[in-house]
Amino acid sequence: MEYAIEMLNITKEFPGIKANDGINLQVRQGEIHALLGENGAGKSTLMSILFGLYQPDEGIIKINGKEVQINNPNDANKYAIGMVHQHFKLVHNFTVLENIILGVEETSKGMIKTSDARKKVVELSQKYHLNIDPDAYIEDITVGMQQRVEILKMLFRDNDILIFDEPTAVLTPQEIDELMKIMKGLIKEGKSIVFITHKLNEIKAVADRCTIIRKGRYIDTVNVKDVSKDELSEKMVGRKVNFNVEKTDAKPTDTVLKVENLTYRPKSAHKDVLKNISFEVKKGEIVCIAGIDGNGQSELVYALAGMIAPNEGHIYLNNEDITKSTIRQRTDKGIAHIPEDRHKHGLVLDYSLAENMILKSYYKPKFQKNGFIKFDVMNEYANGLIEKFDVRSGEGGRSITRGMSGGNQQKAIIAREVDSGSDLLIAVQPTRGLDVGAIEFIHSQLVHHRDCDKGVLLVSLELDEVMNVSDRILVMYEGEIVADLDPKQVDVKELGLYMAGSKRGEGYE
Amino acid sequence: MNNLTSKISSLTKKEGSKSVLSSLIAIGLGLVFGFIIILIANPSDALKGFGLLITGGFYRGTKSLGQVFYLAVPIMMTGLSVAFAFKCGEFNIGTPGQYIVGAFTAVYIALKWTFIPNSVLWIVCIIAAGLAGALWAIIPGVLKAFKNVNVVISCIMCNYIGMLLVIEGVKATIFNPAGAESYSVTVDKAIPTFGLDVLFPGSNINFGIVIAIGLCILAYIIMNKTTFGYELKACGYNSHAAKYAGMNEKKCIIMSMAIAGFFSGVGGAIAYLSGTGKTIPIAETLAAEGFNGIPVALLGFNNPIGCIFAALFIGYINVGGNYMQSLNIAVEVIDIIVAAIIYFSSFTLFIKMLFNKRKSNKVKKEGGHE
Repeated sequence: MEYAIEMLNITKEFPGIKANDGINLQVRQGEIHALLGENGAGKSTLMSILFGLYQPDEGIIKINGKEVQINNPNDANKYAIGMVHQHFKLVHNFTVLENIILGVEETSKGMIKTSDARKKVVELSQKYHLNIDPDAYIEDITVGMQQRVEILKMLFRDNDILIFDEPTAVLTPQEIDELMKIMKGLIKEGKSIVFITHKLNEIKAVADRCTIIRKGRYIDTVNVKDVSKDELSEKMVGRKVNFNVEKTDAKPTDTVLKVENLTYRPKSAHKDVLKNISFEVKKGEIVCIAGIDGNGQSELVYALAGMIAPNEGHIYLNNEDITKSTIRQRTDKGIAHIPEDRHKHGLVLDYSLAENMILKSYYKPKFQKNGFIKFDVMNEYANGLIEKFDVRSGEGGRSITRGMSGGNQQKAIIAREVDSGSDLLIAVQPTRGLDVGAIEFIHSQLVHHRDCDKGVLLVSLELDEVMNVSDRILVMYEGEIVADLDPKQVDVKELGLYMAGSKRGEGYE
Repeated sequence: MNNLTSKISSLTKKEGSKSVLSSLIAIGLGLVFGFIIILIANPSDALKGFGLLITGGFYRGTKSLGQVFYLAVPIMMTGLSVAFAFKCGEFNIGTPGQYIVGAFTAVYIALKWTFIPNSVLWIVCIIAAGLAGALWAIIPGVLKAFKNVNVVISCIMCNYIGMLLVIEGVKATIFNPAGAESYSVTVDKAIPTFGLDVLFPGSNINFGIVIAIGLCILAYIIMNKTTFGYELKACGYNSHAAKYAGMNEKKCIIMSMAIAGFFSGVGGAIAYLSGTGKTIPIAETLAAEGFNGIPVALLGFNNPIGCIFAALFIGYINVGGNYMQSLNIAVEVIDIIVAAIIYFSSFTLFIKMLFNKRKSNKVKKEGGHE
C-alpha cells in the first residue's frame, strides 16, 4: 500500500514539555485520516512539523514513499501539502480571488494578471461545489465561506495532501454538514486529507482511519468503522469517559439572582439587543440560557457582570440591587464569571499561570499586605489549583499562559472562578473547543458547584450540553426570553423550534 | 564540565540573562560601527581616538567617572519614564515636554521662592518639578483614558506646547537679557554633593545620582512587588482582561502616565539644579535629554534597573566623546559616533530575537544526539 504521507517516530521537545514523543502517522492516498487527541496532546505540533513550521528533533517524513526534508511552508507547498489553519490566514480587505492568488500571482509587465487565475478558481469552485464568488470581499462573507476560500487556496496551488486543523470549531451545524460533503468530494478526486479534531461524531461521519495520540505519545491507528465512539474516546483520554452527566435532581432553595425588565441598546444600534428580560436563578440549580449565537446572550452576561450598563431594568443579587455596582463590587458580592472569550477577557496572556490565578483576588488580604503582593502565598495557592483542576503546562505556575494549550487555559479560568466559591457562577460556553475528557470534568465541576447550594447560570450553544447539564432552560431569541423549559420534558427537536423563533413557551406569548 | 555547561545553559535560558547578553552584543556592534566611522573621518588618529572613547570614563580617573554619573542622571530619569509607561502599555514620547516643564518649575522656585531656606530648597524644587512633569503627562493620559486619543500624538503636541510655554515663562519671570536665556541656579541653591565631590574630585557630580538610582529601584519595586504594579502591568498587557477582573483601567492609564511624567520632571530638576550654570535657552528646540530616554529604555529592556546601567553606559560614551576633542576630531563627528553607538544599542530586541532563534536550533541539534 502506497502512503501519501508517512511521519515516522517524530519527536519534538519544547522547554519543559515533550510535545511529540515518537509519533507515527501514515496516511493512505485518497483517504480521510483523522488525527484525534485531547487539547494539548500534540496534534498541532505534529501538523506544524509536517507543514514546515517546526523542525522535528527526531524522526523522518516521507511523501509518496520518498524521504523529504521540509524546512518551511514553501517546501511543504512544493510537496503539494496544503493546510487550512484553525485561524484563517486571509487578508480581510482583499477579494476572494486576490487572497487565493496571493503569493503565486501571475504578472505581465509588472502588472497582476488575473484572467487565467479567475478561470481556474471558477472551475475549481464548480468542480467541488464550493459556490464561491471570486469578487466578494473577505470581510463581507461568512466564516464558513472564508473557510472555503482557504480550501480553494490549497486547490489552486494543486495541493494533493490537505490538512484541516480543527475546521469545524468555528462553524454552525449546517456549515459543518456542508464541509463534510466537500471533504468527501475532495477524496473522490484523489486528494488525501488529514483531519485534526477532537469531535468523535465528525470522525464517525467522514473519516476512514484514525490515529490517536495522547500526551504527545502515539496510541493507535484504527479503522473508524471497526470502533465505537466509546472506544475512540477511551483511547484518546486513557480512561472510560462518561458522556452522561452524573447528577441528582436539583434542590433549588433561595433566589440568588433576580433580573427585572432588563433592556439594553448599544449607542450606535437602532434596536434593543436585550428586550425587557426578567428571570430568576435559585441556589442549587443550573439554569441554562440556550439560543443560537448572537441573540443577546453575550450582552446579557456583560450586563450581569457589570461590563455594560443596561438602559432599563434592575439586577438583584441575594435581594440586593446591584444594577449600579462596579465589576469589582459584584465580584466581592458573589458573582464569578467564566467569560466567553478567554483570550480577550479571561486571561492576561503575558502573565504567568500563577499570576492569572489571582487576577480577581490579588487585592484581598490573603494575597497582599500593605499593597505588596505575597508571592509565596500566590504560588502556593496556584499550585493547589493546578493540582486540583489538573491544569497542565510546561513549568507549572511559572508558565507564561500564552504558551499553554487552549484547553488548559480554559481549565485555569474555570479553576479560578469555581474556587472563588461565589454564590452565582456565570459560565459562558465553558466547554467550547475542549475535548471530551475536559468537558466531562467541567460539567462535573458545574454540578458540584450547584450541589454546594450555589446558583449556576450556564450559557451554551451546544444542544447536548444544554440538555444534559441544565435543570432549567431559558431560550433566548432576538434579545428576548421566549421560553422557560424543563429539560426532562422537552426534546432536542422542540428546543430547536424555540431557538429558531418559530415557537414560544407558556407565559411568553 | 558537564555540570558547568548545564549551569551556563540554564543561565542563558533565563529571560533576564538573555536580555543582558543581547544588550552587550548590541553595544559591541555599536562600538564596531563607531570605530569604522572614526576610521573614515580621521584615519591617522583612529585607534587612539577609539581608545579614548571606550576608556574615557576612566581617562581622568575619578573625575571622569563622576562626570559619567553627572551626565547619566537626566537620561536615566527620562529613560525610566519611557520604560515605566511602556510596561503599562503606553508609549510615553512626551518626555522632552515633561522634562523641560519640570526643569522650569525647579529653576523658577529656586530663583524666586527665596523664603525657603537653601538647605531644603532643592528638595522642594525636585518634588515640585516632579509634580509639574506628572501634570504634563496626565493630559495625554486623561485624553487616552476617556477619549481614546492616541498617546503618541497627544504627547508630541504636549512636547511643543510645553516647550513654548516654558520659553514664555522664562521670558516673563527669570529672563537673563544678557544671554537670551534664563538665569542659572547658583551653587548655594543647587543640589548638595554630600561628600560625593570628595570621592569624585573635579567632576560635576551631586546627590542627584543617588536620587535617580533610588527612584529606579523604587519603580522596580512598584512594578514587580505591589498590587498597584500588578494592576498597571495587567492593563498594559490586556486592558480588556483588566477591566473584566474589576480593575479600573482608566485609572491605570492616568496613573502610569502621571508617574512616568513625575520621573521626567525630576530628571529636569536634577539637571538644572546641578550648580554647573546650566540655563534654559530661549530656543525652539525640544530637550535632547527627553528623547534620549527612549534608547535608554530600549537598551535597558524597559526594566527600571536596566535603565540605571543603560544611562550610565550612554553617559560613559558621552564623556569619552568629549575627551576625543583633544585629538582635533570635529565635535560633529564625535556626535555622529556617539549617536551611532546609541542607535546600534537600540537593536537589542532584534539581537534577542536572533538569539532565541539560534537557541531553538541548538536545542534541536542536541535533541538529535540523545
